[in-house]
Formats: sequence, structure tokens, C-alpha cells
Amino acid sequence: MEQSAEHTHHAGSVKLFLYVWFWLLGLTGVEVFLAYEQLGVKLMLTLLMGLSIIKASLIIAYFMHLRYERRSLALMLMPALIFVVCMLFVFFPDSLRLLHMRPR
Amino acid sequence: MGSQELTGGPGAGLPAEAGLHAAAVQESAWSGGGSPFAMGSKKLGMWLFIVSDAITFSALIIAYSYVRVASADWPLPFHFYPSVIKATVMTFVLLSSSVTMVMAVRAAKLDQRGTAAKWIGATALGGLTFIVLHAFEWATLIEEGVRLFKNPWGSPLFGAAFFTLTGLHMTHVAIGVIYLIIVAAAYGKGKLSSEDVEVSGLYWHFVDLVWMFIFPLVYLLSVKMG
Repeated sequence: MEQSAEHTHHAGSVKLFLYVWFWLLGLTGVEVFLAYEQLGVKLMLTLLMGLSIIKASLIIAYFMHLRYERRSLALMLMPALIFVVCMLFVFFPDSLRLLHMRPR
Repeated sequence: MGSQELTGGPGAGLPAEAGLHAAAVQESAWSGGGSPFAMGSKKLGMWLFIVSDAITFSALIIAYSYVRVASADWPLPFHFYPSVIKATVMTFVLLSSSVTMVMAVRAAKLDQRGTAAKWIGATALGGLTFIVLHAFEWATLIEEGVRLFKNPWGSPLFGAAFFTLTGLHMTHVAIGVIYLIIVAAAYGKGKLSSEDVEVSGLYWHFVDLVWMFIFPLVYLLSVKMG
């Protein structure tokens, strides 16, 4: 039941695409607004990175249609990507300490 | 998902190219057929390419974030006008071109070749606008004295980070525009299948997605206050 409802929903819903588009533009607006708030670089980086991940997820799920493909595709691709990205972050804590460790 | 597997026929007798997708969808999961993801090999190949390319960009973006956080004297050269306004307009153009691409894929699925070709053309035009705006941005920064390992304001890594990240992304956009123009022309003439349009769409959305990270991290983290 649920399956077929989802299917007719995605077959021709220009409305959904426009809705996603408005959300993406809205989140972009929030990011530009945030840029002019006086926040620390670490907090700002976290917020902007988080908002970007939300936007990327919206694009992947709806524009790239991954939500409506077989679940096995997402299960093959996403864990691998997330694992590699986490490994790339391994050295990141160093950058937070580096500023204070530098000889003056 | 479930209903497709149950309706499965062998999908024989369809023309090889156009029927590939239909055959892949209809084939029973238990028949020993070769399509576990219910899609053609080109589409699966594009997904695999996208994930590997995403890892390349992740490495660059994370390396950039690292030096950005670790540098006390990171330059803040982007004025609200024109840089941030221009970059916001570029984001808008790229997001909108993603929507026109989605419309192209939809038209292709409905077998409206002319309409689909026009939407793909509109998408390529969006990409071209993006490249032109970005080229002006580069020209402005170069004029102000930013080089790969030198700039008048602070950390010399700024130029390296900026030009590498945006340069690799712009290369992707440029390749995408050429790719889309070829697909639009061929599809309009009756060649290629609707899945080929979808595959080019996947690439284009990915290029859009990468900019969603570059815009806030490169531009918005380096705005000039006041």
C-alpha cells in the first residue's frame, strides 16, 4: 500500500521538486545570514558544515532520486562514503590545538 | 520497491538500448538476473563515480577546513558587495539549474524528447552563467594580488585553498556543460535513452551538491565584516 502511494507521488510531482528547491534556497539564506553573525570560527564551521550536509542530503534524496531507488543502492554507497569521510576527519582535532601550540 | 519484482517478466524482445532499463526493472530478483539495483550499468557506474569523486572533494574540503581553523591570520577578503552577492547568485543559478535538470529527466521519462532537450539546454545555460560569474570572481582576486602561494593580506595558503577547491569544481561544471549539450543534442535527435538523460542528471546534481559545501566554507567563512 505504502509503496504504491510513494510511487505515484514521485512519478510526476513538480510540486515536490519546487518544494525541495525552496528549502535549499531558504537554507542558503540562513547560511548567508549566519556569516554576518559574530561567532567563533569553530562554531561557524560546525553550523555551516551541518547546514551543508542537510542541503546535500536533500539533493541526493530527491533530485538524485536515491530515496526512490532500491534501498540496497543507498546501503552500498552511503556507509562507504561516510566511513571514508570519518577517516579523513581523524587528524582534524590537531587543527583545533595547533593555534595554541605554535611557539610565539 | 516490492511491487516491481513481483510483476516481472523476462523483458525479452525489447530493443537492447531503450529496453535496458525496463528489462532491469521487470526482472525478478530471484531469477538469477544480473541487476541487483534495478538499474542499467551506466547509471550504476555513474553512482560509483560520484561516490569516488565525492571522496576526492571531501579530502580537499577537509584539508581546507583544517588550515582555515589552524591559521590565525586567514585573510577575510570577501566584501558583501560584490563577492558575497555574486556567490549567492551563483548558488541560486546552480540550484535552479538542478531543478531544470529534474524537469528534463521527468520529460524524458514521459518520452517527450523535444521538451527534455530544451530543459537540458536550460540547465547547460545555467552552468554557463555560473562559469562566467565565477571567472569574473577569479579575475577580481587575481587583480587584487592573490596568487597560489601569496596574497597581500595574510596566510599564503588562502590562494592555494581557494584556487584548488573552486578550480576543481569549475572544471567539473565545465565538463558538465559540455556533457549536457552533447546529451541534449543527441537526445533531441532521437538517439540515447531516457536513462542516459537521467545519468547526465545525476552528474549535474552532484556538481550542484559540491558547491553547497564550497560556497559556505570558502566564501561565508571569509567575509569581511562591516
